Amino acid sequence: MRKATFARKPRRVALFVTCMVDMLYPNVGIATCELLEKNGIEVIFPLEQTCCGQPAFNAGYRDEARQLARRFLSIFGPMVENGHVEGIVTPSGSCATMTSHFYEVIFQEAQEMNLSHQAERLASVTFELTEFLVDVLGLESSGATVQGKATYHPCCHLYRELRVDEQPRKLLAGVEGLEMVELPHADDCCGFGGLFAIKNSGISAAMGRAKAKWAQQSGADVIVLCDVSCMTHINGILSREGATCRALHIAEILNDQLGSHLHPPPEPAAPEADHPRRWSESG
Amino acid sequence: MQINIHAPYKDRVQQALGDSNLRAAVSKATDRMTDARLAAMGAIEGQTLRAQVRQMKEHVLRQWPDYLLQLEMNLRRNGCIVHWAEGIADAQEIVKDIALQNGADLVVKSKSMATEEIHLNQALEEAGLRVVETDLGEYIIQLADEPPSHIVAPVIHKRLEEIAEVFEEKLDMPPTREASKMTALARAKLRREFFDAGMGISGCNFAIAETGTICIVTNEGNGRMVSSMPRVYVAVMGIEKIVPTVEDAFLQLQALCRSATGQQLTVYCSMTSGPRQAGDADGPEQVHVVLLDNGRSGMLARGYGEALLCIRCGACLNVCPVYQEIGGHAYGGVYNGPIGAVISPALAPEIARFKELPHATSLCGACREACPVQIDLPRLLLDLRSDLVEQGAAPKLEGWGIKGYARVMSSRRMYEKLGKLASISSNLYANLSGGNIQFLPPPLSGWTAYRDFAPFAPKSFREWWRERKLQ
Repeated sequence: MRKATFARKPRRVALFVTCMVDMLYPNVGIATCELLEKNGIEVIFPLEQTCCGQPAFNAGYRDEARQLARRFLSIFGPMVENGHVEGIVTPSGSCATMTSHFYEVIFQEAQEMNLSHQAERLASVTFELTEFLVDVLGLESSGATVQGKATYHPCCHLYRELRVDEQPRKLLAGVEGLEMVELPHADDCCGFGGLFAIKNSGISAAMGRAKAKWAQQSGADVIVLCDVSCMTHINGILSREGATCRALHIAEILNDQLGSHLHPPPEPAAPEADHPRRWSESG
Repeated sequence: MQINIHAPYKDRVQQALGDSNLRAAVSKATDRMTDARLAAMGAIEGQTLRAQVRQMKEHVLRQWPDYLLQLEMNLRRNGCIVHWAEGIADAQEIVKDIALQNGADLVVKSKSMATEEIHLNQALEEAGLRVVETDLGEYIIQLADEPPSHIVAPVIHKRLEEIAEVFEEKLDMPPTREASKMTALARAKLRREFFDAGMGISGCNFAIAETGTICIVTNEGNGRMVSSMPRVYVAVMGIEKIVPTVEDAFLQLQALCRSATGQQLTVYCSMTSGPRQAGDADGPEQVHVVLLDNGRSGMLARGYGEALLCIRCGACLNVCPVYQEIGGHAYGGVYNGPIGAVISPALAPEIARFKELPHATSLCGACREACPVQIDLPRLLLDLRSDLVEQGAAPKLEGWGIKGYARVMSSRRMYEKLGKLASISSNLYANLSGGNIQFLPPPLSGWTAYRDFAPFAPKSFREWWRERKLQ
């Protein structure tokens, strides 16, 4: 993959927090920001950023996707090109895929070659969070301590488009106190798929229930992943089923902030004395 | 339970999702085929093979007309009769005429997706012929009067008990649950048909241009019987099923067998280079090859040429989580799974005829990894979605929704304001309902029908960021 290599550790990056993290899961953004800062990276958050346009692209609306892609490039492009930041970091494999794979495609097909090339240049310095921590910073362990049992779900865009898999697994293995268990059928999609979850909600939910079933069978307290969209889907299913297990973004574990910032998990229908919710009590 | 493939898409899917037997049968069989594929591809340099086959197929497409003409020339030189069929009606007419001219009233068939595509059985039956499918799976679904639900495993949707019921009802078989007994009965019945048939029809797994050879692979030997026993043999081949040389044929054979069933080689690979020659002990007196376009050249012209690299192995179906949930019939076309979601619309005169299929996928990409020709199926599905929008085939409400979303996201002010509004209202709602959001109005009810939704955060990330900066 054509990723930039850094002669020395980068000093400053732009945070592309993604609209979902911004509005729904700020704790994931805070964790991302703090993780980077702890490791000596100055974080710049351009307030103009909104959404990368993936929902439009995914649904087939390329004009609208280009409209938002142009906007993204106009915000992040100059920052990188002027050397104001050395990279773009995002806590989402899916949004990173949109900006670093599909932007080129949609501008190429519209014959907007300048933008396509700009997208290509930005792609080489755009990193998903764990990819940045491990590949660029060479981090072995985040230094977090969490008591509990976890399993890892490789989100499709991260796993199959960006080919990032070892990095999050390595960081999780380095979390003290955390026992990692195998997730059966781990690389099966959770069924989110953006608009698919609405348009084909029955199929999507059936896939989500399969994922939830395997997660629970794994015996893990939490199913860790690198995308809040898939997290929303899996948690939506788990919550509806009244399960105690839930999905969690990796940044929150790595930043050691469990228990203090989490959305409260849904109350189970019946008291479960023999199955304490020790996850939320930890930290 | 049989899914009516002519029912509306939503009904088919609903029916499939409600059938737990279907899911159990499909996922058991597809998991088994996937394991076999991984083992077979892992035993060799699988990635190299994939790259080589793709390169070869791409080369063919770049010189498509030349290779087709070379194939035609060599088929004719071998004594075959070559027919060009542009669409379904032409192809049906051609095969019907061959049968009628030769006075055949019984036709035996080897499994073929191309003939499914042109609804050949129906056309021949309407002309008064009796048509018998001789692949065991195809034989079963013909008895049950159902279309195939998988490219290589047509009866994958049925469990053993269901197959036994079909045999009891249609063949008066005494009740049994033993597969070997059922197979023996089918074998005895089919043996008679092979002897009596006046014409055999098969598809074509690949045709070798430099030698004018039609190749079909089977595991039951029925393909060889169909292509050698009746007096007349007709092969119907999609015009993309062409390989330049014998070497290329074996390259594709490797990829096909290993990807489809996980075999190193199928039990039979039947190669026909023309009719019986003087002095030959057996073989058909006439060999006809129908070169079927039926939308293929249009596919290339419309930008879906990559899907023409497909060698019909079914590996993408086996790994597809959507296919595993709903099986093949819910797709409503001849082809199903990820490749079906691409080629059913792409082969059709109007892609809008199958406008639901490009959306029947979460775009997880498992198919692309399984494909022996590395077809970027998610990308093709995204392109189809875009073409549907451009052709005005997408729902109006969806269009307005996306335009509204793009407008909001184009303005930081609107984005922040609406974010705040959503935060306040969703938290009010969540507080009232005690935690998560469980009901949303249409179209978002699609979400809450099956899952909860977390309310927006009381304070967004950007608010946190701004406050921190002020400190």
